[in-house]
Amino acid sequence: MARRLVTLLFLVLAAMAAVSGLAAAQDGEAVEGTLRGPDGEPVAGVTITVEQDGQEIGTTTSGADGTWLVPVPAPGGYDVTLDAATLPDGVALRDADGATLPAVTVRPGQQRTVLFPLVAPGAADDGAAPGPAPPPADTGPGIGALLAQLTVSGIKYGAIIAIAAIGLSLIFGATGLINFAHGELVTIGAVTAFFLNAAAFGPGMGLIPAALIAIVVGAIVGGALELGLWKPLRIRGTGRIQLFIISIGLSLFLRHIILVIFGSRPRPYADYVIQQVMIFGPVAITPRDLVITVLSLVVLVAVGLMLLRTRVGKAIRAVADDRDLAEASGVDVSRVILYVWVLGGALAALGGILFGLSEIVAWDMGFRLLLLMFAAVILGGLGSPFGAMAGGLLVGLVAQLSTAYFPVELQNAWALGVLILVLLVRPQGIFGRAERVG
Amino acid sequence: MTPDPTLADITAEPGVPKPDPLLVLDGVRRDFGGVRAVDVDHLEVQRGVITGLIGPNGAGKTTLFNLLTGFDRGGTGRWTFDGRDVAGMPAHRLARRGMVRTFQLTRVLSRLTVLENMKLAAVGQRGERLLPALLRPVWGAQEADIERRADDLLDRFLLAAKRDDYAGYLSGGQRRLLEMARALMVDPTLVMLDEPMAGVNPALRQDLLGRITDLRDSGRTVLFVEHDMDVVMSISDWVVCMAQGRVIAEGPPARVAGNPAVIDAYLGSQHGADDEQGSEETTS
Amino acid sequence: MDFLVILADAGRGALGPVAAIYALAAIGLNIHFGYTGLLNFGQVAFMLVGAYGVAVTVAVFGGPLWLGVIVGLVAAVVLAFLLGIPTLRLRADYLAIATIAAGEVLRLVFNSGVARPVTGGVFGLQQFAGAFYAVNPIPSGNYGFGRLTFSQRDLWVMLVGWGAVALATLGVFLLVRSPWGRVLRAVRDDEDAARSLGKNVYGYKMQSLVLGGILGALGGMLLAVDAQAVAPNTFNPVVTFYLYALLILGGAGTVLGPVLGSVLFWFLLLFIDSALRQAIGAGYIPDEVISPADVGAVRFALVGLGLMLLLIFRPAGILGDVEEMRLEAGAGATPRRRRRGRKARPAAGKRTDERVGG
Repeated sequence: MARRLVTLLFLVLAAMAAVSGLAAAQDGEAVEGTLRGPDGEPVAGVTITVEQDGQEIGTTTSGADGTWLVPVPAPGGYDVTLDAATLPDGVALRDADGATLPAVTVRPGQQRTVLFPLVAPGAADDGAAPGPAPPPADTGPGIGALLAQLTVSGIKYGAIIAIAAIGLSLIFGATGLINFAHGELVTIGAVTAFFLNAAAFGPGMGLIPAALIAIVVGAIVGGALELGLWKPLRIRGTGRIQLFIISIGLSLFLRHIILVIFGSRPRPYADYVIQQVMIFGPVAITPRDLVITVLSLVVLVAVGLMLLRTRVGKAIRAVADDRDLAEASGVDVSRVILYVWVLGGALAALGGILFGLSEIVAWDMGFRLLLLMFAAVILGGLGSPFGAMAGGLLVGLVAQLSTAYFPVELQNAWALGVLILVLLVRPQGIFGRAERVG
Repeated sequence: MTPDPTLADITAEPGVPKPDPLLVLDGVRRDFGGVRAVDVDHLEVQRGVITGLIGPNGAGKTTLFNLLTGFDRGGTGRWTFDGRDVAGMPAHRLARRGMVRTFQLTRVLSRLTVLENMKLAAVGQRGERLLPALLRPVWGAQEADIERRADDLLDRFLLAAKRDDYAGYLSGGQRRLLEMARALMVDPTLVMLDEPMAGVNPALRQDLLGRITDLRDSGRTVLFVEHDMDVVMSISDWVVCMAQGRVIAEGPPARVAGNPAVIDAYLGSQHGADDEQGSEETTS
Repeated sequence: MDFLVILADAGRGALGPVAAIYALAAIGLNIHFGYTGLLNFGQVAFMLVGAYGVAVTVAVFGGPLWLGVIVGLVAAVVLAFLLGIPTLRLRADYLAIATIAAGEVLRLVFNSGVARPVTGGVFGLQQFAGAFYAVNPIPSGNYGFGRLTFSQRDLWVMLVGWGAVALATLGVFLLVRSPWGRVLRAVRDDEDAARSLGKNVYGYKMQSLVLGGILGALGGMLLAVDAQAVAPNTFNPVVTFYLYALLILGGAGTVLGPVLGSVLFWFLLLFIDSALRQAIGAGYIPDEVISPADVGAVRFALVGLGLMLLLIFRPAGILGDVEEMRLEAGAGATPRRRRRGRKARPAAGKRTDERVGG
């Protein structure tokens, strides 16, 4: 057991040594963009300032490639100002009043892209090729439209959480482990796809094949953790609380290995970054987000059908529901637990890729998602995959809809608040059964 | 071991009133998602005698124990202990009032020594409050008293040699002895024993039986659940039989043993009785 | 590579204010986790309210420092009740998730723009501990030997910090040997058994939560005073993980475990940190493998790895009783098989197949 564990750790360390040493030190949220003139050429040397409540957060100058980035200390609303006086000759703001973009919303973990449409001086205000419109949420439409918009993004957010959380729930049901390192499975999926898709030294694959490979990697990592770590520990009879703390250690370990390899600066995938929004009644959505939402829901239904209809699925549910009973009725529990880890790892990776596509890829994205996944799993009733799905959607909706009335930086606080509330009223979860006592 | 004279004239029928009841149950019910696990219309437990509670597996005996002792708060109905309504009272307050139970699966505190297990059980300890606990002089004398009592009991229960061992190292029978001795540290009026003979090796059985009759002879009331009919018949003064949550018969041991309803209940439940074992065990 | 510099860095870590701060918070966590079995993963929240109690009282409302300390302690008690009343009835691992979530909610709220008038939002609050340094009796200068030196400012914080650690340790020592401590340990072993013996389990858990929370708040105050600044992001969940790591390293459920754990933990952490930096600087480790900017991350990764290995190979920590620890495993799950034979204990009876629990 010790040898296997050490081998596993060495593999990870070797992987870390092989790749590594990328990226500058920047943490978390930021406002960024690329300035391009009317000819599409980058515009350098323009000063951009970010303020909050009149207090300056940071200032920067666009680089030779037109890019600029101002880190901000926390999610929230920021005013972004372009100093028009620093624009080179022959370039002007399309909208003369658009030098300051007020109240740009930065969500947790987001690198918010901000656009300053630039035109030739004469062309100002006559509406040349319109750049991507900012999402309507920021421009203040009626509350009904806002709620519709937020409901859609809540479903997207929630479905991603749900996909990642199914494995967490099944693993708990099958083994009793509260896997604190599940967030890292999410990150591993997203980061693997990033290296295949967008890393400077990567193969530069399309995102779809990269995602498929990353999902396979996630499945393998899940299976390897079960075989190399958790199964031997279970056989040793390690107590539940010890296992829980070991998973915290694993989470810290993996997360910071990823930090060393990936770097602290969040980065997007190479594909599907900037897109034209489509308008459906009150809801504006990019094709990318639409595909993410639909795909997530399809995956949820597919996993649900798999659990309900197939032999493996039934065995998984049986083990997650009552391990001893399943074992007594002839199910090969140890094999099923391996399946659960493989499935959980694959789904977590997929969730990570979708989350990375919808927001950004970051070394701690899984950890940020972890508490929300716990919230989903507990809301739905620990051990129930369908509960995790419903719980995920609920958490996503609560988080997004809260921003209609409350500051955006508190969106996750509301989701966690719901978790605490549910634990108080119904510890077995909304959909869980009360355990029989006595 | 003569049968208690006070019970001699009482008719052997379910729910019969007794001259000096310590525990009185009225309409006590417990449902688990549509299944009624306990459904007792009326039952009285006589003070100062040993009452055996029997019944096939799944009859609701342990569930009833859990309800009465406050470990399961999901029941309805009312029950009085020593004349006072105690329905819905938390377990620890019932224990302080003198109703102490043991568990079907022994619950010794394995990381406390045997002596600590005993001392823990004493009630009204001054040193159990946070601030006085800091000052040994406040509780030191009381602690010494408690230790003397504990040592006496450990002697009587043949555990003196194990005094300073972790309780987790005791054998199954020794754990039963410790649980019973520990219960006595609470100085209870009513001792409720849940299958006290389970997992005890034959050498210790007679000893344990002797302890139980000692409890009665020192004026305490005993209510116990037991599967072993020999045990029930040999030490009980009165036997209550439950089946499917209800009391189907009660009376002196010999009368109940011959009761056709009891025989029916046992024979009728033979099928599958063994797999139901699990459903009755847990309490938390 | 200068080994003396590495040792001096590590020594400064082991004795410095931060080790005292973590030791104090870990003594509190030891009461929760080590003695009562409460899986409190929101200890950092107690540190947060302690730190902000001082900072807000002094920096925002202009109150005196001593009042800030009282406010911080009261806030910790209030938080303990808010957390405890609903969650102490939950199963251990649910409690862990509820407390970590509560800690995060608190951090996010303190961080938010809404709370800025009181908490300073993301910028936090600064310069509120002048009164503490004004009464520093230590003449200015550097104290120590060789490369291991401390300024009079650090020394003053250390004096107060380690003094508080000593008092707290003495308190825990007295408490756990009293009948009160016996009840706590009984609750840790088996709540139902304690309840069946007339102990108000819920009440004891609450006392434990309040007491440990107060120690956490004291740690937070010391942290705030030492840095002369507070910001919500200092109080992220990783702090609680650190506390668990060092507590288990020293030995959970032992009086000196958290203190030894903290000293050793910070010694090792800074030893590794300094050694890595020196090794990179001297070219022993090529820049492509680990760059100086990655040292912090590698350090965290090693803490995680250490925590895992510790729990796998020596869950009792340095001071814990291995025998006692093995008895505990039986309470949570029935061990399938034992690795090695138990050393014979003179008085121990034969192990039977019947396990505790049920």
